[in-house]
Amino acid sequence: MATHDFAAQDSHAHAAPEGFIRKWVFSLDHKVIGLQYYFLALCAVFVGMFLSLLMRIHLIWPTATLPLLGDIKPETYLTLVTMHGTIMVFFVLTTAPQGGFGNYFLPIQIGAPDMAFPVLNMLSFWTTFLGFIVMIAAFFVAGGAPLHGWTGYAPLSAIQSAGPGEGLGADLWIISIAIFCIGALMGALNFITTTLDMRAKGMTMMRMPLTVWAWFVTAILGLLAFGVLLSAGILLLMDRNMGTSFFVPLTTINGQLTGHKGGSPLLWQHLFWFFGHPEVYIAILPAMGMCSQLLSVFSRKPIFGYKAMVYAILAIGFLGFMVWGHHMFMSGMSPYTAFAFSIMTMGIGVPSAIKTFNWLGTLLRGRIRFTSPMLFAIGFVSLFVTGGISGPFLAQPVLDIQLHDTYFVPAHFHLIMGVASIFGIFAATYYWFPKMFGRMMSESLARWHFWFSFIGTYAIFMPMHYLGMAGMPRRYSQMTEVNYLHDLIPLQKFITYAAFITIAGQLIFLVNLFWSMFKGKKASDNPWEATTLEWITATPPPHDNFGGKTPVVRNGPYEYNVPGAPRDYVMQTDPEVEPSH
Amino acid sequence: MASFATTAPIIDSSPGDYATRLRRARLGLLVALTPVIMLFVSFSSAYVVRQGLPTLDPRTNQLVRDWIPITLPKLLLINTAVLILSSLFMELARRQIKGQVASVSLAAHPGVTAGDQVRMPWLPITTILGLTFLFGQWTAWRQLAANGFYLATTPSSSFVYLLTGTHAIHLMGGVLALFFAGIASLLRRSVATRSIVVDVTAWYWHFMAALWIYILCLLEFAS
Repeated sequence: MATHDFAAQDSHAHAAPEGFIRKWVFSLDHKVIGLQYYFLALCAVFVGMFLSLLMRIHLIWPTATLPLLGDIKPETYLTLVTMHGTIMVFFVLTTAPQGGFGNYFLPIQIGAPDMAFPVLNMLSFWTTFLGFIVMIAAFFVAGGAPLHGWTGYAPLSAIQSAGPGEGLGADLWIISIAIFCIGALMGALNFITTTLDMRAKGMTMMRMPLTVWAWFVTAILGLLAFGVLLSAGILLLMDRNMGTSFFVPLTTINGQLTGHKGGSPLLWQHLFWFFGHPEVYIAILPAMGMCSQLLSVFSRKPIFGYKAMVYAILAIGFLGFMVWGHHMFMSGMSPYTAFAFSIMTMGIGVPSAIKTFNWLGTLLRGRIRFTSPMLFAIGFVSLFVTGGISGPFLAQPVLDIQLHDTYFVPAHFHLIMGVASIFGIFAATYYWFPKMFGRMMSESLARWHFWFSFIGTYAIFMPMHYLGMAGMPRRYSQMTEVNYLHDLIPLQKFITYAAFITIAGQLIFLVNLFWSMFKGKKASDNPWEATTLEWITATPPPHDNFGGKTPVVRNGPYEYNVPGAPRDYVMQTDPEVEPSH
Repeated sequence: MASFATTAPIIDSSPGDYATRLRRARLGLLVALTPVIMLFVSFSSAYVVRQGLPTLDPRTNQLVRDWIPITLPKLLLINTAVLILSSLFMELARRQIKGQVASVSLAAHPGVTAGDQVRMPWLPITTILGLTFLFGQWTAWRQLAANGFYLATTPSSSFVYLLTGTHAIHLMGGVLALFFAGIASLLRRSVATRSIVVDVTAWYWHFMAALWIYILCLLEFAS
C-alpha cells in the first residue's frame, strides 16, 4: 500500500465489537449496516421481480393456473401491481443505493471513522427491516395484500370495505410505510450530520466525491419528504380506523353510505406526491453520483465540470419539490396551475441535461477501460437518457391526459427511475465489491449479466411506449378479450418472454455475487487505480476505517491524467497537485 | 512522501472532544427537527384545505360548508402557561449544568479551585411541569368529549385531537429524554455527557413550547 498522510483521529464512538450478535446482527459499524441494507434490498428485489413475473404471465395467459399459486384473479393482479411497486420503490430503490452503499462508503469517502450516531444507524436498519416484514405480512392476513396501487389513492385506500385486501392487509401496508419513513428519517439524520460534521481535515465540500454529494442531497430530500408521507399515512390510518374524514368524501359502497363525508381524495394526492416526486430523485440521485464516479475512474479523466455537477445535483434536489402536481394533471386541476407545474417540470430537464452532457464530456477522448462497472455506468447513462426523453412528453398536460393511464407511463418511469437506478446499483456492486469483500467478482459472468440486463431492459420497456401510444391502458388485468387491443397481444407476449429471459439473467449476478465472496480472486487495496479515500485503506476496511487515524486530504476526488504526476492518478491524500481540470 | 501522525486512542474525553460531541449533538437535533416541522406543516396545510372544502348534503343534495369551529377549552391557556414555565426551568437547568462543565474544566487546571455551586433541582421541576402539561391536555380532551366533540364528530374536532395528540406524543419524547438525563445522573455518568443530554433536550423542549404556541394560534385564529 502506498503511504498516505494521516492525522490523529477524532474519538471513535464505539470499540470494535466482539461476538457474532454484536458484530453481524446488532452491529453499530456503518459497514456492516450498509451490508445489511444491501442484502435486505437484494431479498426485496427478488420478491418484487417474482411479483412482476406473475403479472406478466397473467397479462398474456389470464386463465392460466399456476403451480402452487392457482389462478390469478383480477383483484389478485391489482395486489401484485400494488406490492411490486411498493416493494421496489421503498425496499429496493430507496434502500440499496442510499442505505446500502451510502452507509458503507459515505463515512470512508469523507475520512470519518463511522457515522455520527451509530446507535441510531443500527436502529434505522432494524426499523426498515421491521417495515419490510410488516409489508410481507400483508400477503398472509385475511383478505390478502391491498390492491390500491403503490400510490394508495383515496378513497379506495381509505375504506376497509372497498375491496379484497383493503382490510387488515391495507392497514399493514400503511403501517409498513410509516415504519419505513421513520427508519429513513433516522438514516437521513445520520447522513446529513456525518457529512457536515465529520469530514477529514482538508475534505472541503468541493473536494467531496460526487457520490457523497448525491447521498447528502438525497438525505435532505428524504428528510423533507418522508415526514410528509408519514403525516399522510397517519391521516389515512385515522380515516380507516377512527371514523375521521380527511380523505373520504360522502360516498357509498354497494349502495350503502360509508359514514364519511367532506374529505378530499385530492388532499391525499397532494400529500402523497409531495413525497412521491422527490422519491424519484431519492432513487436516482445516488445512482447518478455513483455513475459520475465510475465514468471518471474508468475514463481515466477528471469528471467533466465537477462544480456544474454539484450545482446540478442541488438544482435537481430543489426543483424536485416543485413539480409534484405533474402527477395530478388528470385530477381536474386548473389549467393555470397545470401550466406552472408543466414549466417547472420541463425546467428540471436543464440540470438533468447538464449532468448528461458532463457524463458524455467525461467519456470524450478518455482512455476508457470497459470493465463491468463501467459497462453498467454507461448503461445507466443510456437508460437515463432514454427514460428521460419521454419525460417532457408527460410534462405537458395535453399529452399527459392522453398518455397518463396507458403503458407509456410505466415505460417512462421504469426506465428512468427503476432500471436506471438498478443499473447504478449493479455498477456500484461490481465497483466496490473488492473493497467490501476483499475479492474480485468474475468479469466474464459480469459481462454476460450486463448484456442480458441491457438488451432485456430495452426489450421489455421500449415496446411499452408503443403499447401506450396505441391506447393500451395500464392497471387492467385482462385485456386479451378487448377487440381494439387484439393486435397488440403479440407485443405483450414479446415483453413477457423478454421479462423471463432478463430475470433469468439476474441469476448470473446472484451466482457471481455469492461465488466471488468465497472463491473470487483476491483483491488488492486499489484494484481500479482510483483516487478516493476508500482506496487508501485496507481491503476490507478495518473497524474504524483507517486504523485509528484520519486521512489528510490534499486533492480533489477526480485527479486523473495530471501533467507531471508519476502515474495517471493522484490520490486525494497525495501531496497537493494543480487540478487538471 | 507523506508521513503518519500519532495514533489517537479510540475513546477520547478531552475538552475538545466535549465541544465536538456537543456540536454534533446540536446539529443532529437541528436536522431531526426538520421532519417534525414537515409533519406539522403537512397537518397545517390539510387543516387549511379542509376548512375551505364544501361537502355534499345527502338530504338536500346541495354543497354545504360543514366546518364548525370548536370553542377550545380555557384549560389550554393554563396548559400553555405551564409549558412556557417548564421551558424557562429547562433553560435554567441547561445553564446550570453548563456551569458545572465549566467548573470541572477549571478544576482540571493545577492550582485552580472552583467554588461550590448551589445546585437547584431544575430538571425534576421541568419534568413535573411537563407531566402536568400532558395531564392538562388529557383533561382538555375529556372536556371536549363532555361537550360532545369526539375525534370523528366534525372535521374541526378531528384536527384538534390530531394536532394536540401529535404534539403530546412529541413532548412525551422530551419527558423521556429528561428521565434519561436523570438516570445518567444516578448512574454517575460524566458531567460532560449529562450536559450534552440536557442541552439537546432543552433545545428540543423550547422547540416543543414554540410549536405548541403555533398549534394553539392555528386552532384559535385560523378557524
